[in-house]
Amino acid sequence: MNPFSSGTRLRDMIRAIRACKTAAEERAVIRKECASIRAAISDNDQTFRHRNLAKLMFIHMLGYPTHFGQMECLKLIAAPGFAEKRIGYLGLMLLLDERQEVLMLVTNSLKQDLNQNNQHIVGLALCALGNICSADMARDLAPEVEKLLQFRDPNIRKKAALCSIRIIKKVPDLADNFVDPVVSLLKEKHHGVLLTGIQLCTDLCKVNEEALEYFRKKCTEGLVRSLKDVVNSPYVPEYDISGIADPFLHIRLLRVLRILGHGDADASDCMSDILAQVATKTESHKNAGNAILYECVGTIMSVEDNGGLRVLAINILGRFLSNRDNNIRYVALNMLMKAIAVDAQAVQRHRATILECVKDLDASIRKRALELVYLLVNESNVKPLMKELVDYLEVSDQGFKGDLTAKICSIVEKFSPDKIWYIDQMLKVLSEAGNFVKASVWHALVVVITNASNLQGYSVRSLYRAIQISRDQETLIRVAVWCIGEYGDMLVNNIEMLDIEEPITVTESDAVDVVEIAIKNHSLNLTTRAMCLIALLKLSSRFPSCSQRIKEIIAQYKGSLLLELQQRSVEFNSIIGKHKNIRSALVERMPVLDEATYNGRRARSASAAVSTSLEFASNLSNGVIARTDVAPLVDLLDMGADEPVPPCSSGGNFLLDLIDVDMPSSSSQSGTTQPQKSGTDVLLDLLSAWSPPPQKGSPTTDIILLNQDDKPSVNALDILSSSMVPSGEAKPTGPYMMDLLDVFGPNPATPEESGPTFPPIVAYESSALTIIFNFSKRPENPQMTDIEAMFTNKSSDVYTDFVFQAAVPKFLQLHLEPASSNTLPASGYGSITQKLHVTNRQHGKKSLVMRIRLSYKLNNKAVLEEGQISNFPRDL
Amino acid sequence: MIRAMLVINNQGKSRLAKFYNYTPVEQQQQLIRSIYSVLCLQPENVSNFIEGGLLLGPDSRLVYKLFATLYFVFVFDSSENELAMFDLIQVYVEILEKCFSNVCELDIVLNYGKMHTILDEMIVGGQVVETNSDIVMKAVEEISKLETTTAGAKLISKSASLLWG
Repeated sequence: MNPFSSGTRLRDMIRAIRACKTAAEERAVIRKECASIRAAISDNDQTFRHRNLAKLMFIHMLGYPTHFGQMECLKLIAAPGFAEKRIGYLGLMLLLDERQEVLMLVTNSLKQDLNQNNQHIVGLALCALGNICSADMARDLAPEVEKLLQFRDPNIRKKAALCSIRIIKKVPDLADNFVDPVVSLLKEKHHGVLLTGIQLCTDLCKVNEEALEYFRKKCTEGLVRSLKDVVNSPYVPEYDISGIADPFLHIRLLRVLRILGHGDADASDCMSDILAQVATKTESHKNAGNAILYECVGTIMSVEDNGGLRVLAINILGRFLSNRDNNIRYVALNMLMKAIAVDAQAVQRHRATILECVKDLDASIRKRALELVYLLVNESNVKPLMKELVDYLEVSDQGFKGDLTAKICSIVEKFSPDKIWYIDQMLKVLSEAGNFVKASVWHALVVVITNASNLQGYSVRSLYRAIQISRDQETLIRVAVWCIGEYGDMLVNNIEMLDIEEPITVTESDAVDVVEIAIKNHSLNLTTRAMCLIALLKLSSRFPSCSQRIKEIIAQYKGSLLLELQQRSVEFNSIIGKHKNIRSALVERMPVLDEATYNGRRARSASAAVSTSLEFASNLSNGVIARTDVAPLVDLLDMGADEPVPPCSSGGNFLLDLIDVDMPSSSSQSGTTQPQKSGTDVLLDLLSAWSPPPQKGSPTTDIILLNQDDKPSVNALDILSSSMVPSGEAKPTGPYMMDLLDVFGPNPATPEESGPTFPPIVAYESSALTIIFNFSKRPENPQMTDIEAMFTNKSSDVYTDFVFQAAVPKFLQLHLEPASSNTLPASGYGSITQKLHVTNRQHGKKSLVMRIRLSYKLNNKAVLEEGQISNFPRDL
Repeated sequence: MIRAMLVINNQGKSRLAKFYNYTPVEQQQQLIRSIYSVLCLQPENVSNFIEGGLLLGPDSRLVYKLFATLYFVFVFDSSENELAMFDLIQVYVEILEKCFSNVCELDIVLNYGKMHTILDEMIVGGQVVETNSDIVMKAVEEISKLETTTAGAKLISKSASLLWG
């Protein structure tokens, strides 16, 4: 230990800090050091003041607070010794900032030091002033700095020049004082002084318009001559940077010429020769040479038009693009991006090289090149450019595909010369990178296909081909499934074949296969699978031969845990099974949505950023599905809903309303525009009755009264619909819907007794058999519940010798009445009803529970099904 | 103008940090951390430039070069030539090489003050003042000579006074 030391030496402290293994250790060491430094400060210890400050600066670099050392800086600066001053100024630059009051105290010391004879002390003061000068200091010290611009030592002159830059930046009013000194600085031969003089000139031009004019008139020629001298000067080894003489001076000169030439034809003219010389003669094998060329290109681009030079400049950039150094390619792309605004034609000539850069190994270069390509696309070159980009999409790495796809889609939408090209390109993108395509893009594609009536056949066939090859691109599957649903007949019958197409043979069952594979693919999004169900419904009408198969596929989802699929399955199954008369009308093609309207809407929604909800709740597997999840789908199906739908005579918009049950606008429409002709209207209105609170005397209620004349049922419906209204966000659940649909079955289920009502339940459901319980209570005996069981058989076979048995725990008493029949018709045509009377002796304490057994004969083979019912409503 | 010059080692420790616009110390550390987190993820064989954007504020970019265990970083705005800044790193490192002959991280840590002296001879107020390594070297040597003589004289007189007193 040094005997004179109050603490450790700087080196020892650094070693101690470096030896720390953990951050906590380091903090402890620093805390100790700071404590001893503070102690030394309060003792006003002079001997080690500068060492302590040196330590503090190191501590500051590590990110610890050091404000307590600020006053020490000032004391050191005021000290006479050089070592103290140096540390003091270093501390001043690092620890203090221009906004602190302390800084006011240092102005005097600075003034003294600027007037010192020792050039190193003056140098220190100038350096500090250049780094931390505040506006007040600038005003106080400007005369000193100005004087120093003529100092004998060039090292001081150059620092004074840079100090002046700081001063005029802080106080632009002082600019005038520096104009004349700059003119003499620009005549200097010393490289360093010339360099800084030029820099000061550049900054003066930036802050003061008059100065700019003055220098333009007075100095342009001189600066051009300086550049000539530098370019033609014999090799100066001391300014050499990898073989190029003083590139920084070159660059500064070119930079100031850029400012002088900008917007001034005469000045630009004056410098065109030397610019041409720099552009052609500079050696481009080294980075330094390229830096000069790059600066020269920038200058040529900014000065007034000289066609020849600009072509030369852009060709230099073109050469840069094939340079092996990434940095060169990177700056070239940056510059080309700016050059496009100046001379797009010249940039276009390097399209091929730019396209190569899109395939660069360096991600930052790829990104830039892609942006540049995007700017280069126009109607005339879109086809070859697209081909390149789409080809590249196949091999590009995953991280880049998102960007690339977005740009490709945007280009296709903006510049497609015709629809068939648009469809072709989109299909290619969807097949290669469908998972990266945004929802709005494929929505737009569907709109385009629906509008292009002559290309629908072509589209669906192309999609069919595409999906055979790439089965894992979700968006492709969506579009394909949608189109097969809509235009399945065109796919199978090769309708509207184009000349360019190769004929394909697709059977009806092939088409259904595609949809079936998609819906069975569990990795796909819920929305996609829901779309598959709709497509199947549509195909069931278009391909009568596959109707039965489709029905079976749909029926498989009746038990799906995903509520959305389950509900659709139940609804569609019912439509296929029981409502053949309206089915074909329900599944007619979607009305065409006007492209202009759609685009307008899309633009609006894009600004509101709404279209993101598509993927929202896809991964909820427990069947609790957020409402937003289906919204885009509804939107897609209901493209015309906002627009006044022409009241079409067919039932085409029945489906609209079916799916659109909770969109207020359309339901009110259906309520008012549909005349009450047949039972199908009733179905429609019943379904749309979910959304608006039924108004007094609204068609809904009327129709039910009219058709059924059964008050309790109306009440029940009213309760149902009004109970739905408060929770308007929630989708109705399967059983309710089912029951409503069944109202129009051959055996309408009508609650017979009055009393407290309980919603019916699906007591049991197997692949083919469904049991629904309707409950009624006797007011005189709350323990007693009458249950009406309704058995429905959805399979294609008739069940004979049907027997229903039930068992209950001891606190219940069960009495079964004879069933209405023992034969259960197939396909849901008709049902068996049977009454059960249950007495609950623990009423209010325990809920009902029941074990059931069903035996029947299927094709003369005995079948037995068993189950337990525990989903009875409480309080029965 | 140049906004900052940083030397960060490959563990994220800052070895030299000079900001030419006033930046509070917390913000300095924050910047160093975020710059390091970007740099250490840069793959090899990519360009040495990074657009500032979110990282460093508007109109700013960054050039870096890795020498052994140290990243040398310049942060600057659009008034500087990117390729020239890249060369400036080269110049700075060449000067360090001349000062310390076979410079390593330890030299830089222990001669923290000298690093600043060199930097101050090259850059003042965010502008390049000198790129001739001989001139910079000469100035740095003169400064350290002055320092040791005055400091030495002081210490001798001090020790003398201790001895006699």
